[in-house]
Amino acid sequence: MGKTLAEKIWEDHIVRSAAGEPDLLYIDLQLIHEVTSAQAFDGLRLAGRQVRRPDLTIATEDHNTPTIDILKPIADPVSKLQIDTLRNNAKEFGIRIHSLGDADQGVVHVVGPQLGITQPGMTIVCGDSHTSTHGAFGAIAFGIGTSEVEHVLATQTLPSSRPKTMAINVEGTLKTGVTAKDIILAIIAQIGTGGGQGYIIEYRGSAIRELSMEGRMTVCNMSIEAGARAGLIAPDQKTFDYIKGKPHAPEDFAAAQSYWETLFTDADAKFDVEITLNADELEPFVTWGTNPGQGLPLNASVPNPAEIKDSEERGAAERALQYMGLEAGTPLKKIAIDTVFLGSCTNGRIEDLRAAASVLEGKKIAPKLRMLVVPGSERVRQQAMKEGLDKVFIDAGAEWRNAGCSMCLGMNPDQLAVGERSASTSNRNFEGRQGKGGRTHLVSPLVAAATAIRGTLSSPADL
Amino acid sequence: MEKFIKHTGSGVPLRRSNVDTDQIIPAVYLKRVTRNGFEDGLFSAWRSDPEFVLNKEEFKSGTVLVAGPEFGTGSSREHAVWALQNYGFKAVISSRFADIFRGNSLKGGLLTVILPQEAVEALWVAIESNPATAITVDLETRTVTYNDVTVAFELDDYTRWRLMEGLDDIGLTLKHTDSIDAFEAKRPSYKPKTLPIRV
Repeated sequence: MGKTLAEKIWEDHIVRSAAGEPDLLYIDLQLIHEVTSAQAFDGLRLAGRQVRRPDLTIATEDHNTPTIDILKPIADPVSKLQIDTLRNNAKEFGIRIHSLGDADQGVVHVVGPQLGITQPGMTIVCGDSHTSTHGAFGAIAFGIGTSEVEHVLATQTLPSSRPKTMAINVEGTLKTGVTAKDIILAIIAQIGTGGGQGYIIEYRGSAIRELSMEGRMTVCNMSIEAGARAGLIAPDQKTFDYIKGKPHAPEDFAAAQSYWETLFTDADAKFDVEITLNADELEPFVTWGTNPGQGLPLNASVPNPAEIKDSEERGAAERALQYMGLEAGTPLKKIAIDTVFLGSCTNGRIEDLRAAASVLEGKKIAPKLRMLVVPGSERVRQQAMKEGLDKVFIDAGAEWRNAGCSMCLGMNPDQLAVGERSASTSNRNFEGRQGKGGRTHLVSPLVAAATAIRGTLSSPADL
Repeated sequence: MEKFIKHTGSGVPLRRSNVDTDQIIPAVYLKRVTRNGFEDGLFSAWRSDPEFVLNKEEFKSGTVLVAGPEFGTGSSREHAVWALQNYGFKAVISSRFADIFRGNSLKGGLLTVILPQEAVEALWVAIESNPATAITVDLETRTVTYNDVTVAFELDDYTRWRLMEGLDDIGLTLKHTDSIDAFEAKRPSYKPKTLPIRV
């Protein structure tokens, strides 16, 4: 019997396997950031261990960095210490780091692909759950905790139990205004936040093949929101073209590509689970609740918990509506928004900024509404400025910021106030995620831009 | 890591599903560079509500958290495990855990126990009717026992052995350095490297 893409990559990385033990998996690349690494480096020091492969490791600053005045000393002393700790650790252990002000500083999952170090057939880890983003290139990429960060630093391997495989086939053609973000939000709404638990998801089908690399990254990025260990997409000519010309593209490109071309699921391979979605029927999608599975098409209304059969889900919906300050039956398009956040590892790439700018061009955002545009990386920011997108945003009344995770997780000063409501292109609508008491609706960049103009959840078709 | 063989303590019933790691510990608490002191951030938003279970006198000394399904979804922050441990929890019981959280907990010696949802519900009822109910989580027998109830749980032999011996995972892997060397010798040269830096 044939193998799935995930099985092929997994087997290519087994250093050691023994009955009754997890496989010891070789890790091709570890990405490091300030929040989940300090304790790992401390662990190394305590045990007198070295970093085994600094040349397969790269660090950047993203989660806890300011997006204004980036070249001034960081105001919050605790944040400053965390950034300084990363810089000192990188220096001590000989690890490449892209700090604030550097062209390759930015959200770690935007930086890897833009440098061309994210390539098909790799195993990639990072102390961040959205590492699944890199699966868009046909890699097994997953988030790990700090103990595992230390493990990979010390050994370049990770003991891992082999996940099961799931295929999600998205067949058909997306309507105008429907994007990769809407695909993944619809998938999570269908299978739930635990639907992917224990699986590596392979996204397949004509609608996935049609997506750009940026769109594929958006889909794979939110695999974790469905509970999956990882998500990936078979590499194709688009993948190869994207990597070609990037700084770390293989010197012997032909040799690499001939391996990459073997990375697909065999026709006779069998997935543990298969799910199919019809792309023709998808609409712009938005979340109404406090987990990413609580989403609906933008044309729908806030659901009535009383109509939900499952008691657990009903209770969760009741709590969510209370937290979100929403009444059952309210059309989603009537929900007024205070803040629009465009950015994050989900939707902070150049294509996302272009999409939002195309809607905002020549228009103004609603009075009293605040819009933050935070490019995924400094390189994305520079590219956007070269294309004049910064002017479009600023003229529309938005704030044009420096790169970082920013309001996606509200760790730096970019936060929602208590009761404030956002339309956010990020990945999590958890209670308080974007600031204590803040309320988040997850949307695509197109919906974010249209919402900024109208002040209520909207799609460009409503303008 | 401290050995985990058996723990007996009282329980804390957390009747919520989808308790994500942002609830367990919000991002603003993740700025510290140590592994301790995270207890003040544990469930910080909910703890401002006097009715929240951890604020109730009868549950303040609980060491076994009994939570709804999909516990630990979201972010990979191991701080969530540290916060629970720093607060004093030794075990968490739920019918479903998110993968990364579960991996982190078992690496760090916080025992996450998967029981069927009916068993979790029964345990909630028992704790709520008598908060002093002693709950024993026994790794040797792979059982949870309280009152006259004993429920078995599954945990793979390897993880169980590692927890019971309190073994350092990195130390175990370093015993196989030869295998890692051999693997690296065969890695294709086109695999990318971060150094030297190319622009």
